[in-house]
Amino acid sequence: MEKQLALSMRGITKRFGSVTANSRIDLDIYRGEILSILGENGCGKTTLMNMIAGIYFPDEGTITIDGKEAVIRSPKDAFEHGIGMIHQHFKLVDLFTAAENIVLGVREEGRYNLKDVNTRVSAIADKYGFHIDPGKKIYDMSVSEKQTVEIIKVLYRGADILILDEPTAVLTPQEIDRLFNVLRVMRADGKSIVIITHKLNEVLEVSDRVAILRRGEHIATVNTKDTSEAELTEMMVGQKVNLNIQRSEPVCPQPRLVVRGLNVYDKEGTHILKDISFTAMGGEILGIAGIAGSGQRELLESITGLQHVQSGEIIFHNPKKNQPVTFFHKSLARVTELAEDHAFHDPEGNPVSFRGMKKTDIIRAVLEGRILFNEDEIMNLRDKDPLEIRQLGIHLSFVPEDRLGMGLVGSMGITDNMMLRSYRKGHYGLLDRKKPKDLAEEIIQNLKIVTPGTSYPVRRLSGGNVQKVLVGREIAYTPKVLMAAYPVRGLDIHSSYTIYNLLNKQKESGVAVLYVGEDLDVLLALCDRIMVINAGEITGIVDARTARKEEIGLMMTRSNRARKEGA
Amino acid sequence: MNIWLNFLIDSLAFGATFMYGSTGEILTEKAGHLNLGIPGIMCMGGAGGCLMLNLIGTSSLPPFLIVILGILSSVLAAMLMGLIYSFLTVTLRANQNVTGLALTTFGVGLMKVIMSKLSPTVYLVTPKAYYRWPFAGRQDSLQCLGVLFFLGVAIAAVSSIVLYRTKVGLHLRAVGENPATADAVGINVTRYKYAATCIGSGIAGLGGFYYIIDYMASQEAYLSLEAFGWLSIALVIFALWRPARTIIGSTIFGFLFSCSSFITNLSFIQVTMAMKPLLKMLPYVFTIIVLIISSVRNKRENQPPQSLGLPYFRENR
Repeated sequence: MEKQLALSMRGITKRFGSVTANSRIDLDIYRGEILSILGENGCGKTTLMNMIAGIYFPDEGTITIDGKEAVIRSPKDAFEHGIGMIHQHFKLVDLFTAAENIVLGVREEGRYNLKDVNTRVSAIADKYGFHIDPGKKIYDMSVSEKQTVEIIKVLYRGADILILDEPTAVLTPQEIDRLFNVLRVMRADGKSIVIITHKLNEVLEVSDRVAILRRGEHIATVNTKDTSEAELTEMMVGQKVNLNIQRSEPVCPQPRLVVRGLNVYDKEGTHILKDISFTAMGGEILGIAGIAGSGQRELLESITGLQHVQSGEIIFHNPKKNQPVTFFHKSLARVTELAEDHAFHDPEGNPVSFRGMKKTDIIRAVLEGRILFNEDEIMNLRDKDPLEIRQLGIHLSFVPEDRLGMGLVGSMGITDNMMLRSYRKGHYGLLDRKKPKDLAEEIIQNLKIVTPGTSYPVRRLSGGNVQKVLVGREIAYTPKVLMAAYPVRGLDIHSSYTIYNLLNKQKESGVAVLYVGEDLDVLLALCDRIMVINAGEITGIVDARTARKEEIGLMMTRSNRARKEGA
Repeated sequence: MNIWLNFLIDSLAFGATFMYGSTGEILTEKAGHLNLGIPGIMCMGGAGGCLMLNLIGTSSLPPFLIVILGILSSVLAAMLMGLIYSFLTVTLRANQNVTGLALTTFGVGLMKVIMSKLSPTVYLVTPKAYYRWPFAGRQDSLQCLGVLFFLGVAIAAVSSIVLYRTKVGLHLRAVGENPATADAVGINVTRYKYAATCIGSGIAGLGGFYYIIDYMASQEAYLSLEAFGWLSIALVIFALWRPARTIIGSTIFGFLFSCSSFITNLSFIQVTMAMKPLLKMLPYVFTIIVLIISSVRNKRENQPPQSLGLPYFRENR
């Protein structure tokens, strides 16, 4: 069957200042196909599609739609050419209903009547197999429902070319399946669908052709059935990358953070964390798997003191090395007994045994401070505020999910953002700017952050670079417990691996790492144990070396299903 | 007439000043712009209308033409201020608070200059009877319920319908809630912001004109106008951003604001001079109470437009 050309781009170039985001790109989109645009972060996928959708205007090159050259200067122009884009961050008015959002901006004949809109919305939903309540307010909706509204919004305008920017980033596996089925129905209906993604398995699963971009250039377009994961990865990154994450065995893990019976309720009284109990060990990475919004954020915030805890304990074992033994807290009998277990060492670090020693010699050695031991100082973090937690010497480095909202100040430069962690250090009331600046430069170099300078507002950096600044800063302050929530969200493969290696280095130096992730493959490859959290409950803690993906997937969704059946 | 009824009508008439001001401000705020220039704009609206009346007040033109020309001139002067505000905050993306406050200072000052040059016998004495139609000449408080009062109620009602029952209103609210979304669906954000600010300013300007020419109808009226501009902005919060509620809200405000003199009239409560300013605080106290209640109830519909006060620039990520 001859495929019909819907849109073609020739020689498209877009520059932002001195950075070239897209360079002479040629691309064709056909009717009745699903095309994937594949590439690392910052390779210009979204920029390219934004030019078709009218958000940006190309500096050079032409766009031809149905054989005629088209000038797309605004989203309105794009709609007139039958192009609709579903952005990564949904563009919906929270306060409006689904139907109001869908009808927004549409020029129609006749009077504005919401009832008519509702019926038409339902008709579109039925045609393609969506489920939607047109009268529901956006702020009451789940992410997947919002995405449905976005797609219907585009279809309502009669779009023939749909562009979806990272549509699966926020969906559960079941929701992804449902979305892909809808996309297949639309393909059968003759629509052109473009998916921007960096997930290879989805590319292979759903698309007919794949266009690969790398650093703003179009590398190739291939038919999905003729290619393989390895080939695509190679084209995408330009060189062979070792997909194996180096995972070392944990070295004598000690309990570092013990959480017992933690309960958290939100303002409306909803039970967000239900009786959470687990132990995070120093020297291992504990993965936290779960569908987004299952309480991961609240859990991390409880530990950092940002979230009020209703009941439960958060015990922190603060490692204290080389404490001299005194008889004040240990009787002589207890001391000799412990010595049998090699609990003590001398200042050189050699184990000390009292076997064959005279009592007086033991007492002298202890009194002279020659017998040392390692003991954890145990303290409860509950109801301490974040500053107290830091002042106690408890370093919980926190990479929040919402990187600009909680982690960084968008309009400040990298140096100033470094100082948010060090502003207490300085002399005579003046800030020390030198060290944060050095740190900023170090992070820029080590993590290869693309920025014009250390004082350039963080807000203006691309998402991946913002993330690197945040993770880099948190790791720089030698934590004892490092909690990272989605630290690689939106990062390309190279940057992700940089982050994985950083986390691994932390683990090797004895830090207890809590890693909240969404990619099960990464969790299985990176972590030592994986804790699965589901609707605020722990449904299991498994060994990442032996666990199977399906097993974890089931734990992430099981009780949700059970509840639905019960209802 | 019954003293209570008399007082209710007086509250209605007095409240119309804020009704204009806050209806105008609501339209502007629904487009995401916090216009603190409203007091200045109301002053300029008053000055613009009086300036025109000063030219034609005693001419032989038919009364209804004098009424209309006065209104048009008032609206035009206020719109000009709105245009300055829009240009600064929408096109140049200047800080809205600073721009608004500057406009207020400018508008109040300019009005005082203009008004001091006009002759009250020309712009006030004859035309005020035209504006007070159909109750002109009465000695009770009904006399203030003139053309401009009914126009104000109509404008508030129409604004409400436009905002909540039409496509234009839907688009305008979308611009104020989330301009990036509105832009992405092809709504001309800049045009909506300009239109809402200018129309809103025009409406607010009429409030100043009404106050000078009809409600107070005295040559010192303009001196106290600025305060009612601020009260209008408070009324926006009191009405929880709904133009229809400003009709009732403005009456309550009018009542609260003038109840110090009312209580004196009642004669069974002793009101000392020192207490009067305290009683004049009542509208603001009630605004705070409404704010507290609405934030405790925490209903999304009762919150200010989400992007209120934030400049919008399409390529700003």
